[in-house]
Amino acid sequence: MMKKLKLFTSGIALCAASMAFANDDLIAQMDNPSQWAIQTGDYKNQRYSQLDQINAENVGDLQVAWTFSTGVLRGHEGSPLVIGDVMYVHTPFPNIVYALDLANEGKIIWKYEPKQDPDVIPVMCCDTVNRGVAYADGKIFLHQADTKVVALNAETGAVEWEAQNGDPAIGETNTATVLPIKDKVIVGISGGEFGVRGHTTAYDMNTGELVWRAYSMGPDSDILADPENTTHLGTPVGADSGTNTWEGDQWMIGGGTTWGWYSADLDENLFYYGTGNPSTWNPAQRPGDNRWSMTVMARDIDTGMAKWFYQMTPHDEWDYDGVNEMILSEQEIDGEERKLLTHFDRNGLAYTMDRVSGELLVAEKYDPVVNWTTGVDMDPNSETYGRPAVVAQYSTAQNGEDVNTTGICPAALGTKDQQPAAYSPKTEMFYVPTNHVCMDYEPFRVSYTAGQPYVGATLSMYPAPDSHGGMGNFIAWDNINGEIKWSIPEKFSVWSGALATAGDIVFYGTLEGHLKAVHADTGEELYRFKTPSGIIGNVMTYESDGRQYVGILSGVGGWAGIGLAAGLTNPNDGLGAVGGYAALSDYTALGGQLTVFALPN
Amino acid sequence: MKTTHCILALCLAGGFAAPAMAEKAVDPAIYEVAESEDGRYYTEDGTPTFSITEDGTVDWLTFSGFRRYHAECHVCHGPDGEGSTYAPAVKNSAIDLGYDGFFDVVVNGRENGNSVMPHFGENRNVMCYLDDIYVYLKARGLDAVPRGRPAKKEAKSDVIREDEDACMG
Repeated sequence: MMKKLKLFTSGIALCAASMAFANDDLIAQMDNPSQWAIQTGDYKNQRYSQLDQINAENVGDLQVAWTFSTGVLRGHEGSPLVIGDVMYVHTPFPNIVYALDLANEGKIIWKYEPKQDPDVIPVMCCDTVNRGVAYADGKIFLHQADTKVVALNAETGAVEWEAQNGDPAIGETNTATVLPIKDKVIVGISGGEFGVRGHTTAYDMNTGELVWRAYSMGPDSDILADPENTTHLGTPVGADSGTNTWEGDQWMIGGGTTWGWYSADLDENLFYYGTGNPSTWNPAQRPGDNRWSMTVMARDIDTGMAKWFYQMTPHDEWDYDGVNEMILSEQEIDGEERKLLTHFDRNGLAYTMDRVSGELLVAEKYDPVVNWTTGVDMDPNSETYGRPAVVAQYSTAQNGEDVNTTGICPAALGTKDQQPAAYSPKTEMFYVPTNHVCMDYEPFRVSYTAGQPYVGATLSMYPAPDSHGGMGNFIAWDNINGEIKWSIPEKFSVWSGALATAGDIVFYGTLEGHLKAVHADTGEELYRFKTPSGIIGNVMTYESDGRQYVGILSGVGGWAGIGLAAGLTNPNDGLGAVGGYAALSDYTALGGQLTVFALPN
Repeated sequence: MKTTHCILALCLAGGFAAPAMAEKAVDPAIYEVAESEDGRYYTEDGTPTFSITEDGTVDWLTFSGFRRYHAECHVCHGPDGEGSTYAPAVKNSAIDLGYDGFFDVVVNGRENGNSVMPHFGENRNVMCYLDDIYVYLKARGLDAVPRGRPAKKEAKSDVIREDEDACMG
C-alpha cells in the first residue's frame, strides 16, 4: 500500500516537472527582450519591448537593413518570430513557414509548405490571411487555413504531429495564431459568416491529442460553464446559459467564433479571449441575447472551465465581433493596485475590467463618433447592469427586416478590428490602431446551407461624416479614466498591429504601406518609410549581435483590401458620387515582403 | 403574354439614358429591354435585364440584386462589384461571360491556381436571386446604375414575391 502510493505520487511529480519545463522554456524566451518569441509580445498581449537602442532621439535615422520576399501576394497579417538566431516567417494561404538564419544573412534553413485543398479559399471570409506561428518546447505551431494544427520541429521543419481542428466543408476555417501555454496549445476557429458554432480547443503540446473543447453556445457540458461558479458580472450564470437566450435550435449554427488573440495570467491559471458575432447578421432570425456570442471569456487553462463571462453586445445587430485582444496590465485604479484587462471592442467601446473577478470598471467610447449606444449601464443594482443602451434610430433590430438603417457608427469592421494595440507600462497608455468608418445596414431573411455564406444583411461603408475625411485614427488611450490622450488622423483604417518600446516610441503601419514611428508621449511623428505594399501586419522588434532591429510584413489584403481596394462612396453625397474618397488601389498594390530596419552602423 | 407588354417595355427602355457607355463598345441588344412581365425585364432574346427610368428608379430585381450581392458576394469581390485585392471585378464578368456563362460559374464555381470561385448551386440565398444578381451586375458593368444603394425602386410584384417564397421554402 505504502509503495503503491509512493509510485503514484512520484508519477504526478514527473508529469508536473515536464509540464513546468515546456512552460518555463517559453517564458524564458519571452522574457528575453532580444527575441520576439510570441505573436503578442508576451502572455499579457502588451506588445511592449524593453529594447531602447532605437529611441525617440535617433529613430529618425532608421534605415532598411534587409528584406525578404515571402513569395505570396495576399494579405499578410501577424509578424515573424525570433528565437535565438532563427527567424520564423509565415505566409497567408498556402501557409508557408520559413526558418531564416539571422547569423548568416537570412539564409533559408528550412521551408515548410503544407498541401491544402484550395476549396478552403472561398470559405474564408475576407481574404486568406494568417496571423502567424507560435513557438514552444522546440516546436513551431502552425494553424493552417483548413484548420489543421501542425507542430514542426523548430530545428528541421519536420512534422512532429498534426491535428484536424475543424471541417472546412461546413465553413470552419482558421486565420488566427495559437496560444502555447503550459503543456497545451489552445486554438480557435473562424466561420461566423457560415453559421459555424464557435469553439476553443486545447491540444496536448507533445502529442496533438485533444484535451478539452469549449463551445461558445450550447448545453453547459459543451460550453464548459458551471451554473453555480461561472459568473457574469459577479452573478452565477445558472443552468443552460448557452441555450436559454436562443430560440429553438438556432444556437447550433449560432456563430460566436474565436479567431482573435489570446492572453493569459499563469498565476490565476486563466486565459482570456473574446467570441464573435452571432449568426446570422439578421437579428430578426435569432431573438434573444444570443449568449455567449460577443463575450469576454476567462477560462481555466487546464480544464477549459469558464470562470467568468461578460457579454458586451447582447443580441448583436451590427456584426460587432468581440474577438479583439484582451491586454493584461497591473495598474492603480481608485487608489488600489489591481490586475486589469483592457479590451478595445469592435462596438467602439473600450472596456477596463478586473481580470480576476470579471468586474466591469470602465466602459467608454474610444472614437467620439460612436453613436449606436449612449453608453453602458455601470450601476450594479440596475436591471440592465453592464448592458449598452441602444439608440433606437441606429437599431437594425428595432427598425426591422428589409429596412435600411443609415448612419451607424462604427461600421461592421468596428472602431477596431483584429489589429492589436500595444501597452507601455512606462507611460501607462495604450496605443490603438483604429477605423473611422460608418455604415448603412439592412438585414433580411436568409436560409442556412452548410458550408455556404450565411450572412443576411447588406451594408455599405463610408468614412465617418463630419470628421477629418479619413478612415482611420491612431490613438493613445488612458484605460483608467477612459480618455483619448492624443489622436493621429489617417487617410485609411489603421490595420497594423502596434509596437511600443522602452525607447519612448510607438511603431505602426498604414494601408498605404508606411512604417511610422511616433513619440509615445505626444504622438509626434518621428519617422516614416514607404514599404512595397500596404501594411496589415504587426510591428515586431529583436536584437541580433548587439544591434536592435524592427521588422514588419507588407502585403495589402484582409477585410481592408476588400472594402477599400476600390475606395468607398458616401451614399449621403447623392447619386453618382463615385470616387469621392481615395481608393487604396491609387496608393499600393499586392505584395508579400518583410522589411527589417536598423540604425546605421 | 410577354408581347402584350412590349409597348410599355419599349417606353421604359427609352428612358434609360445609357450613361458612361461611350468607353465600351457594347451591343445594345445585351441590355435593351424588349419585353417585361410581372416586374421582370427581358432583352430581345429573352435574357433577363435591368430597367432604369429617367428619374433613376430601378426595377425590383436590380435593387434586390444589390442587396443579395452585398450579402453573398462582396466579402470577396468588394463593394459594388468593383473587385478587391484578390477577387476580380464581377461587374465586368456579367458583361463578358454573358448570362449562360455567368450562371455556369456561379452554380459550378471554378478554380485557377489559388484563385477559387466557390460553387453556389446548393445555396438558396444565391440561387433564388441569381437573375437579380445578374441584372444588378450587368447594370453596374455598363455604369447604368452608380455605385451605392439605388435610391428609388419599383415595388416587388406579387409574382416575384410568390416565386421567392417558393424558392426559399
